[in-house]
Amino acid sequence: MAEASEPIVRIRNLSKAYRRGAQIIPVLTGINFDIARGEFVALMGPSGSGKSTLLNLIAGIDSADEGSIQVADVEITTLGESDLASWRAGSVGFIFQFYNLIPVLTAFENVELPLLLTHLNRRERREHVEAVLDVVGLADRMDHYPSQLSGGQQQRVAIARAIVTDPEILVADEPTGDLDRVSAEEILQLMDRLVREFGKTVVMVTHDPRAAEKAHIIRHLEKGELSVT
Amino acid sequence: MFILKYILRNLFRHRLRSILTVVGVAVAVLAFGLLRTLVGLWYSGAEHASDTRLVTRNAISLVFPLPISYLERIRGVSGVTTVSYGSWFGAYYKEPKNFFANYAIEPKGYMELYPEFILSPKEKNDFLLDRKGCIVGERLARTYGWKVGDLITLKGTIYPGQWEFVLRGIYHGKEKATEERILLFHWNYLNETMRQTVPRRADQVGYFIVGVKKPELAPDVALAIDSLFKNSLAETLTETEKAFHMSFVSMTEAIMIAIQIVSYMVIAIIMVVAANTMAMTARERIGEYATLKTLGFKGGHLAGLIFGESVAISFLGGVLGVVATFPAASWIETELAQFFPYFSVSSETLLLELLAALSVGVVSGIFPTWRGATIRIADGLKRIG
Repeated sequence: MAEASEPIVRIRNLSKAYRRGAQIIPVLTGINFDIARGEFVALMGPSGSGKSTLLNLIAGIDSADEGSIQVADVEITTLGESDLASWRAGSVGFIFQFYNLIPVLTAFENVELPLLLTHLNRRERREHVEAVLDVVGLADRMDHYPSQLSGGQQQRVAIARAIVTDPEILVADEPTGDLDRVSAEEILQLMDRLVREFGKTVVMVTHDPRAAEKAHIIRHLEKGELSVT
Repeated sequence: MFILKYILRNLFRHRLRSILTVVGVAVAVLAFGLLRTLVGLWYSGAEHASDTRLVTRNAISLVFPLPISYLERIRGVSGVTTVSYGSWFGAYYKEPKNFFANYAIEPKGYMELYPEFILSPKEKNDFLLDRKGCIVGERLARTYGWKVGDLITLKGTIYPGQWEFVLRGIYHGKEKATEERILLFHWNYLNETMRQTVPRRADQVGYFIVGVKKPELAPDVALAIDSLFKNSLAETLTETEKAFHMSFVSMTEAIMIAIQIVSYMVIAIIMVVAANTMAMTARERIGEYATLKTLGFKGGHLAGLIFGESVAISFLGGVLGVVATFPAASWIETELAQFFPYFSVSSETLLLELLAALSVGVVSGIFPTWRGATIRIADGLKRIG
């Protein structure tokens, strides 16, 4: 595991507002926030507090109005759309609440998706996919379509897809929000294992205090301000 | 490879919707092809007309005859090789519904001028020697089951009475477009009967067919013929066979233009229907597109996926439409032979059918592609769940 003191995410004076017609609604105002390499951070807060927006900004799928976001020394706020897409492909793994698997692709093909953007050949891709499906315990389900898997299994496929490119940081938006307690516990254990055994940095948005307990640090976001638990 | 796989799997994700769209495009393409063929056939008579044949008719109208005495004077015009003549007979076989083109002609010159009507030497000779003899095209013979030697009785309309002919030959066309639903018989047979029954209608012809040595001579020969009969009681109008055909076609040009417009409208309508289907499909998959973008896929990848699906559906419909064109044309040729003696779809029309299908795919894919490729990831992800 990497040293916890080394920041992989460095956020300075980050602001974001949404427009609703002529009205401007500030969501994040002057956020300063560091995440150390190998840390498991939970972001909590009431609905509309901006935690998903913050997660999207860290992951480079939304753009900030002001401020700086450095992820592994890359200033992502200055990247163009195309460069940002390439950066996401190699540096960030995504875990969504509703798994976001492609229904017409098998578990294997879903996991393979991010690798299609790399220079790996077919055999190398197969090796990578089989390895991560093994990590998440679904080596025997790789030919199943999402509709043939349970919610927990689908989320494990999504986690395999998130880690298959070996990204430095994983972002998870309510990863247990659509799961029963047993499946949620399995997913949280898997994420914890990714941090402990594979040194991944995980940023997770959650409403669930039980899920947040798995994190090393819990940050509360309320009215645009962060606090540490 | 992935894009292709994804497109193929997506194609029949909503099976009923995709099948209906494919069938819709196929039907539109089929209708487009058949309507275009119909228009093409309308003009084909003029397109296949010889450029070394002129038609001389009464300058007032085709319904007014010309005296047979003009024959020798026309023959004397420089550049003329052969002259024949004929009259529209307008009779029918047994019942008025059995109507087909029938002409009284001067056979020797006519056979020389129309080498595209192919007869065996024996049949040709038999026809020339028998004043009550006639020849018919293969299609016409097939329609009524006529064989050489049969006695055919036609009921006259312009020339009233029962007219009996002995079938002396069945010709076949040199090309597919050659008319094979005609009956030709000796003008002399008609004229002799007219002399006996209605003498004032004797020694008159409906038109002269004039062969010229070279196509370049046609305008001068036409002028020379018409100047011969200037200020006579029956002034002539001589024009190329193509112009002669076009004068008939032009009478129905408005209908042909309307049919052409309808053929394009059919494609425009299916374009709107397909565009709606694709827009619906893309709207349903916005979350998927946002997920793919999140994973690092770019606008170009998504454009390929959406556009590819749109084009693939339309192309499938197009291929189905093209394939269906052959049996449809064959059915029309068989079942509606009275109206369409031959209904051959040209390779140009088939190509146009495919292009029409592709343009349906391209146009219907533009908006969904733009929408899918430019969707903001955060907005797209909100659609899931």
